[in-house]
Amino acid sequence: MNSPSLFFRVARHLLLMTGALIFLAPFIWMVLTSLKPVDEVFTRELTLLPTRLALVENYTEALTRVPLLRYLWNGIVVCAAILVLQILVLLPAAYAFAKLEFRGKTWAWRLVLLALMIPHQATAIPTYVMLHHLGMLNTLSALIVPFSISAFGIFLMRQFFRTVPDDLVHAARLDGMGEFELIWRVMLPLAVPALFAFAIFSVVWHWNDYFWPLLVISSPELATPPLGTMFFRNEEAGINYGPLMAGTVLITAPLLFLFIAAQKRFIEGVTLTGVKG
Amino acid sequence: MRIHPLTTWLLLSPATVLLIVLLLAPVATVAVMSLTDWQFGAATLNWIGLANYAELWSDPVFRKSLANTLLYLVLVTGGAVTIGLGAALLIESDTQLRGFYRTAFFMPVASTLIAMAVVWQFLLHPSAGLVNHLLQWVGLMPQDWLNNRQLALYSLAAIGIWQMSGLALVLFLAGLKSIPQDLRDAGALDGIAHPWERFRRITWPLLGPTTLFVVTVCAIRALQVFDTVHVLTRGGPNKSTEVLLHTIYAEGFSFFRMGYASAMTVVFIAGIFFLTQVQHSTMERKTHYG
Repeated sequence: MNSPSLFFRVARHLLLMTGALIFLAPFIWMVLTSLKPVDEVFTRELTLLPTRLALVENYTEALTRVPLLRYLWNGIVVCAAILVLQILVLLPAAYAFAKLEFRGKTWAWRLVLLALMIPHQATAIPTYVMLHHLGMLNTLSALIVPFSISAFGIFLMRQFFRTVPDDLVHAARLDGMGEFELIWRVMLPLAVPALFAFAIFSVVWHWNDYFWPLLVISSPELATPPLGTMFFRNEEAGINYGPLMAGTVLITAPLLFLFIAAQKRFIEGVTLTGVKG
Repeated sequence: MRIHPLTTWLLLSPATVLLIVLLLAPVATVAVMSLTDWQFGAATLNWIGLANYAELWSDPVFRKSLANTLLYLVLVTGGAVTIGLGAALLIESDTQLRGFYRTAFFMPVASTLIAMAVVWQFLLHPSAGLVNHLLQWVGLMPQDWLNNRQLALYSLAAIGIWQMSGLALVLFLAGLKSIPQDLRDAGALDGIAHPWERFRRITWPLLGPTTLFVVTVCAIRALQVFDTVHVLTRGGPNKSTEVLLHTIYAEGFSFFRMGYASAMTVVFIAGIFFLTQVQHSTMERKTHYG
């Protein structure tokens, strides 16, 4: 294979660099603005770098004006609770679909495939009414319980468990393991890489979700990061973008760090949404 | 070895119950509610048959919303697929800086859209925004991107493209990887020397199924647009950025006309199901090449 010509290589970098710069520009501008004092944010002339560093005041204001750390903490609690519940519920079911024979299996599997297609906004109205009658609106549970089942997770883990040799399952049973023990002690450790991809998929989705928290949460102290961002923006109705950008830096940072730290896995997890939609 | 039916039942029942209570029954409820005039908080409801759907058909706001959603879907899917494919081919054609470029284009996918929407609001600010600063710098007229009726939906579509291209890119990179290198080398040996000819005659036909798949993935996501609309324009100015989910949100949760909002939700679900069916058929075709 002949290597590309010098002209092509330069053109490739030129095009891709321009693209990359445009795609990164919002992030760069966000960080730069978060360092600028208010009089440098609104200027007639375009200035890139801050002449006076306002890092401390902007970030202090972002952390004190609204309970930003609280939002981040809520996000962590909600995402962790959803993930743990999802895994507890879906792993046994995925195992049963992959390795056991039972009556009505074909029909049950069809239900899973049907549920797989349902976008989560589709159930909003009845779920909202249900939570209202249970008195659960405006609680953290309202953010967690509706997502305790993931049809996509069942689908994904069933596909994975089918690749586990039956001999391994039989051997564990001969050792006297019950089915539950088998799932948690044999299948779970094997499933860690697949579960990791699912975890990224789930966490990214629920960390970023805005639609559902907007519907069910009205108290600022229960807000997740996206909803909190909106409380912050509405609070900061004026023109002081410095602290607001400091806030968005803090709110986007956790996922971006996760992405930078585990890029391959992260992309794997997020592209699963391609299958889910 | 026989597994006791009770054990199987215990393994399956939590998932089955939740699947029915949280997903399947609510969708069925939406379908039933769409045939009523129920308002949230009302003690009674009337069966009104398909009257909600008839109202949808003649409701100018809903028609506008549907048209906007489709235009947004076409713009964002087209833009993201074009940029994703172009960038994937360029990145893949040489080895230098592959990782950096992929990371740069994927960053928007990995970030919290709501926070970035606030950043975009600032970037598009009529007087202090970076975009207008740059336009003036090259001698063009500044615009009020989000408050101009002619421009607002296109501005939102641009943000949508920015957010989705990275996803299209990584899906295309995976698709390109599955095309055997010797197939392309064979093309070179057969005298298809020009890279563009090689792309047109070898890579592109083999990438066809992947492209269809990426199109449906992007379309499904674009159909679900809500965050940027709610944060940046609230459907305005003058309904010019009203989109399906936002209209459902307004009818159902601001005016509490749950029956009417349910009928809209049924339309939304139908759209998603249709795109999902297209996607599944493309996935089946894809396996023939895989």
